[in-house]
Amino acid sequence: MGSLLRMNRLLSSIVDSCNCIIDPQLPADDLLMKYQYISDFFIALAYFSIPVELIYFVKKSAVFPYRWVLVQFGAFIVLCGATHLINLWTFNMHTRNVAIVMTTAKVLTALVSCITALMLVHIIPDLLSVKTRELFLKKKAAQLDREMGIIRTQEETGRHVRMLTHEIRSTLDRHTILKTTLVELGRTLALEECALWMPTRTGVELQLSYTLRHQNPVGLTVPIQLPVINQVFSTNRAVQISPNSPVAKLRPTGKYMPGEVVAVRVPLLHLSNFQINDWPELSTKRYALMVLMLPSDSARQWHVHELELVEVVADQVAVALSHAAILEESMRARDLLMEQNVALDLARREAEMAVRARNDFLAVMNHEMRTPMHAIIALSSLLQETDLTPEQRLMVETILKSSNLLATLINDVLDLSRLEDGSLQLDIVTFNLHALFGEVLNLIKPIASVKKLFVTLSLSADLPEYVIGDEQRLMQILINVVGNAVKFSKEGSVSISAFVAKSDSLRDPRAPEFFAVASENHFYLRVQVKDTGIGINPQDIPNLFSKFTQSQALASTNSGGTGLGLAISKRFVNLMEGHIWIESEGLGKGSTAIFIIKLDIPGRSNESKLPFVAKLPANHMQMTFQGLKVLVMDDNGVSRMVTKGLLTHLGCDVTTVGSRDECLRVVTQEHKVVFMDVSMPGIDCYEVAVLIHERFGKRHGRPLIVALTGNTDRVTKENCMRVGMDGVILKPVSVDKMRSVLSELLEHGVVLES
Amino acid sequence: MEIIGKLQKQFIDFIKALYHEGFLDDQFLQLKLQDESSPDFVFEVVTLFFEDSEKIINNLAATLQQQVVDFKQVDSHVHQFKGSSSSVGAQRVTNACIAFRNFCEQKNLEGCVQCLQHVKHEYFLVKNKLETLLRLEQQILAAGGTIPVLS
Repeated sequence: MGSLLRMNRLLSSIVDSCNCIIDPQLPADDLLMKYQYISDFFIALAYFSIPVELIYFVKKSAVFPYRWVLVQFGAFIVLCGATHLINLWTFNMHTRNVAIVMTTAKVLTALVSCITALMLVHIIPDLLSVKTRELFLKKKAAQLDREMGIIRTQEETGRHVRMLTHEIRSTLDRHTILKTTLVELGRTLALEECALWMPTRTGVELQLSYTLRHQNPVGLTVPIQLPVINQVFSTNRAVQISPNSPVAKLRPTGKYMPGEVVAVRVPLLHLSNFQINDWPELSTKRYALMVLMLPSDSARQWHVHELELVEVVADQVAVALSHAAILEESMRARDLLMEQNVALDLARREAEMAVRARNDFLAVMNHEMRTPMHAIIALSSLLQETDLTPEQRLMVETILKSSNLLATLINDVLDLSRLEDGSLQLDIVTFNLHALFGEVLNLIKPIASVKKLFVTLSLSADLPEYVIGDEQRLMQILINVVGNAVKFSKEGSVSISAFVAKSDSLRDPRAPEFFAVASENHFYLRVQVKDTGIGINPQDIPNLFSKFTQSQALASTNSGGTGLGLAISKRFVNLMEGHIWIESEGLGKGSTAIFIIKLDIPGRSNESKLPFVAKLPANHMQMTFQGLKVLVMDDNGVSRMVTKGLLTHLGCDVTTVGSRDECLRVVTQEHKVVFMDVSMPGIDCYEVAVLIHERFGKRHGRPLIVALTGNTDRVTKENCMRVGMDGVILKPVSVDKMRSVLSELLEHGVVLES
Repeated sequence: MEIIGKLQKQFIDFIKALYHEGFLDDQFLQLKLQDESSPDFVFEVVTLFFEDSEKIINNLAATLQQQVVDFKQVDSHVHQFKGSSSSVGAQRVTNACIAFRNFCEQKNLEGCVQCLQHVKHEYFLVKNKLETLLRLEQQILAAGGTIPVLS
């Protein structure tokens, strides 16, 4: 009975101390107590170790926002642990103090637990939201990662494009450009195959021109009107096409299955429509096709950025190709120009040689032909004056006539050559115009009366009596024109009329560009020669003034002319700044020859234009040249002496020098004139002139320099003018010529001679 | 008197013949005109011409005989000769010189040698004539006459 009681008291104290619900029915056992003891101990241990762990790990972690919560929690746990620990002492009989401690611990534990429970209500949502945020951030990070990936890819693409462009644009050779494009694209995009189809010349087909892997593409062609090709050409985007389309069938063997294929158009810009504003929406219709194939075994797909890369490259290729084309074009043009230049140069040199040969020929023939002619004519005319039998006389007359004709022919030919050469210059003199017409009339009258033709001459009242012009050549023109009129008229009349041309009559409808403006110093003489002869076929009129041509109708008659007359007359008329033409109504209706020439009026014009120089009448005042100091430079002793003699005869005080250096040493300001022989070979006499100019400057007192030369050619004259010589005289010089030269020099300061 | 007249006529005829035959040209007549103011002018010029020409002819012969002929040199000599002869009015000599120069330009040695002969020939001819003329003049002057002036 005593043990039972003790058991009851123990149980009830246990129940009191820990509110544990113990089944009273259970036999209070030592074993149970032992287990409880152990459990309590472990619980306490665990409870004490948890805060330690917490503190340890939180100290280790850098970020933990709820430290005070931790403290609270720690306190809660520690107290729980303490409670359980103190429990260990209450299993047996315990003192009142232990009970008090137990109670205190429990009370504290209860307090802290409640506070903690209350705190957790606030904290747990926060903690949960942290989790949410974490999830959110993770998602965001993943998204950013993706975007970063994209940007990086794009940037790489951009780099590739730049590199590709650089490669493509670094050359101007078409083939290199295209080859490089394919190679670089193949490398950048890791392509299986890359090919370029160019349109053929006809534009109806596309021909495989370049491939990446094949070294020598076979001449595959596809028609340009395929739907797949049209599809690609209609847009400037890269288009994914079926691997089975003809353009993608690049390998001849059939067992190869290509991967994804993309095609893009490459505009072939034509030079003429390379407009900066229109590009690339051009009116050009020519495109090449670029086909790109991914490796079939990699299961890769075409990505957007890759397509963009391809489009950009295609555009760059178009630009680079157009540059290459432009360069090719300009190189070709330059080569062509060079060729043309060379050819022109050759032609020019040949022409120059021909001209020179002709001139040499003329120079020789001029003399060679005239000399014998002169001898023949002179001797036959002398012969005529001796005693001859009638037969002999007839023979001599025939010889004379024929040789006169020949002489005229020679003169005509030589004249014409000189005219064409441009080296003929008019001899301008003052002469009596009325008398000239009279002379022509007198010359023509005998022949005309033999043919029973009436010749009339009418000169208008306002025609000046004295004019300035080339008397000889005007006579030549008149004789030619009037002679033709007489020659080609079998009967009827020839009328010559001359008058001053008014502005309206100056205009020939056939030569609208011929403007003749009269002024105070000159006028235009218009001469009309009308005949009633055989007329001229209007078709032949343009050929009249060509050399050597004679119309059929005339060839039958014994015209006995050279065919050069009109050509020469035309040249002379042109030199006189005029115009000549012939009008005829047709065969059998007669014809009218009209010419207009410019003549100067004497006494009003003071200037003499180069190279027409007015030769003043010879009896102008004779100045004495007594004591005039002159210097003569000539390396030929005889020539020097002759010139000196000439000048001494005229009264000058002559110093002679034989060389350039001597001349420069001797010349002073006192010498008024320096006569220089410029036909000295190998010495640049022109330099002397320049040096004299430099030494004495433009001062009034500088010596005048005159060149003496045996050459009549233009080059010599031009050289003399160029170095500033005051005159050119042709050797041999007669006394009169020297006299007039000196007076002109001293009067005008310059002398020019044609 | 008669002799003078005859001599003068001879003189005129001779000069005319020379002119017609082309030995002399207008230039010579011009020179003669100077005789009015400076007597013996023609004589001096002609003498100088003879001296000069002999020198030139010798030079020419020497130059043409060299191993390597310097045509430029030859040309310059011929040019000189041409100048002097044209100053004096020796027309045929001048013409011969012109032909000579052509051969020089072509560097035709054979042609040059031939031309030299021709030039020499012409020169001696004209020298002969001029000497005759001068002698005639002397005779006229010695006889007390005056040399007729030609127009």
